[in-house]
Amino acid sequence: MDRTILRRMAAFLCLAALLAANGFACFAGDSFDLDRDNLPYTGDWDAYTYDEEYYGQLRGQGASINFYNWGEYISDGSDDLIDVISEFEDLTDIKVYYTNFATNEELYAKLKSGAASYDVIIPSDYMIARMIKEDMLLPLDYDNIPNAKYMNEGFMDPNYDPGSVYSLPYAWNTVAIIYNTSMVEEEPDSWGILWDETYAGQILMFNNSRDAFGVALKYLGYSLNTEDPDQLREAAELLKEQKPLVQAYVMDQMFDKMENNEAAIATYYAGDALLIDNDDIDIVIPKEGTNKFVDAICIPASAKNKLGAEMFINFLNEPVVNAQNIEYIGYGTANLAAYCLLDEELRDDPVLYPSQEILDNSEMFVNLSDEANLLLDQLWTEVKASNKNVMIWGILPCATIAAIVIGKTWYRRRTAKRHRYMMED
Amino acid sequence: MKARIAAAPYLLWAALFIVVPMGLVGYYALTDMNGGFTLDNFVQGMRFAPVIGSSVWLAIIATALCLAIAYPLAYLISRKSANTQRTLVLLVMLPMWMNFLLRTYAWMTLLENNGVINRLLGMIGLGPYEMINTQGAVVLGMVYNYLPFMILPLYSVMTKIEPSLIEAATDLGCSPGETLRQVVLPLSLPGIATGITMVFVPSVSTFVISVMLGGGSFMLIGDLIEMQFLGNAYNPNLGAALSLVLMVILLVCMALTDMFHNPEEKEGLLL
Repeated sequence: MDRTILRRMAAFLCLAALLAANGFACFAGDSFDLDRDNLPYTGDWDAYTYDEEYYGQLRGQGASINFYNWGEYISDGSDDLIDVISEFEDLTDIKVYYTNFATNEELYAKLKSGAASYDVIIPSDYMIARMIKEDMLLPLDYDNIPNAKYMNEGFMDPNYDPGSVYSLPYAWNTVAIIYNTSMVEEEPDSWGILWDETYAGQILMFNNSRDAFGVALKYLGYSLNTEDPDQLREAAELLKEQKPLVQAYVMDQMFDKMENNEAAIATYYAGDALLIDNDDIDIVIPKEGTNKFVDAICIPASAKNKLGAEMFINFLNEPVVNAQNIEYIGYGTANLAAYCLLDEELRDDPVLYPSQEILDNSEMFVNLSDEANLLLDQLWTEVKASNKNVMIWGILPCATIAAIVIGKTWYRRRTAKRHRYMMED
Repeated sequence: MKARIAAAPYLLWAALFIVVPMGLVGYYALTDMNGGFTLDNFVQGMRFAPVIGSSVWLAIIATALCLAIAYPLAYLISRKSANTQRTLVLLVMLPMWMNFLLRTYAWMTLLENNGVINRLLGMIGLGPYEMINTQGAVVLGMVYNYLPFMILPLYSVMTKIEPSLIEAATDLGCSPGETLRQVVLPLSLPGIATGITMVFVPSVSTFVISVMLGGGSFMLIGDLIEMQFLGNAYNPNLGAALSLVLMVILLVCMALTDMFHNPEEKEGLLL
């Protein structure tokens, strides 16, 4: 094992050992979806090292893996945290080719077109379900992923991947309301605030159909995953009703707008919202429950180096690696041993690890049928295209064009006539 | 024969990167998810007619505004001395050296409720005005981004108008208005046609501008097509059908502007 890694880990592990010695004080809070009777890993952190033999399997063979991930979604060595990829490369001698995608749909389209082959991908729950259905993933060989034992049982066997055959959770998070305390009087506790006329023109809403409908459906008390056309239509009506109050439909632009006090209320992913650099920003998860989403590591069917991919998955679940990585990402981890290593502040964060009550009300997305997806997108288009004001000021330029064209025709006729006269002369 | 050999690489290029992709678009547009022939994609596409309509409408407005702004400007530039012309054309081109997205992003900062413009207006006790997230902002974005495409063809046509022609017209008793209408305008028609095509085509198919400046509240056909490929319902067939519809719209537009080109007429004028 590389000496520098050992030394670097040692300091961190000492802290971990202290925590472990404290009898798992980390589970004192009751804000984590845990089976507390079944206490997790109780190993000796000081003696903890990487399994050289296991990680050395592909050494000296010029092996490589293609890793396709969300942008800024793996610790890259900034903030004194671990540089996951280069650490893995040093340890295993496997070259990692790292590329990014921006949406699940982009990932799906890329894989579906067969344009590129990847060994490790990190889609979200509903997309995993869809990929499983379409035979786009390979089953994981858990013999090659011993660190799967650290997983929180609550995250295994999820509805998007029964039996956790194809995926291992990477990070999880919730959709929350982000608000500016200097602009919003009382602390919101319901999605209803997004329909409150007091905040007309101050609300930022998701700019994608699934998340936006998710909010409306939860507010109505329906399931996020409903395929009932009537419920979907009802949600669409609600969104149309909301439209005059909405300042803008945004995704990433939310950060800038909330940071600059452009808007009072926004919906976004809670973990990302923690990054907003504005002291007035607060985050709350509504009482109606929310969308709990899991991004999980999978191996696509087109993978060329499955063993290398599984070693990488295993490495990502080394408690030390996972803890530092999750600190960088800012989401919640499903790796119990890593959770124990986190700062108390992070462990008790009600936004990152919400109460059991909220989690019970929350749902994960499952993949909808093609018909439901089509209807959803169509309703969303209707919402976006609704109550369009006729631009009266547009008539003037239009009239100008018309005048030009008419004048032109008239002119052409005249010159043609003149031309003829000239020829006759 | 030689010419044909010399043209071969270009033909190959055109076949590979123009004809084949067009064929694929056509194939996807006319098939369903399982590859069977269907016209259903177009039927579905028709449900989005309001979106298509408003895209065309906004693009027409943007093109008209561009023309109205660019025409006098191009004429003025073309009447300056050669040196001044170079400088002014450079100034027109200058914003295009920056990335399109950055330019649009900059407008976001300018137009926002707490943005630069509103803050400046606030200092003299005006506003704040709601500027961003309106259709006006979308049109502004189009006009700003595509204005050089209107100015440049107009300018290049107008520099070719001999000053002596204008002098002759004045000598023969034309008022400035008549000179413009009877000499400058007809001679600059090819420039107008090119300019309209070059502004209208990107305006009608844009999708970033409406997301960034329109606050996502005004869906354009470009957004709609993007949604078919990267949205929730991955539906490349409908996306391809919508792209075909867009192409037809553009073809019609180009056929219309083509009316301006009439070689016979131009000869007659120059006689």
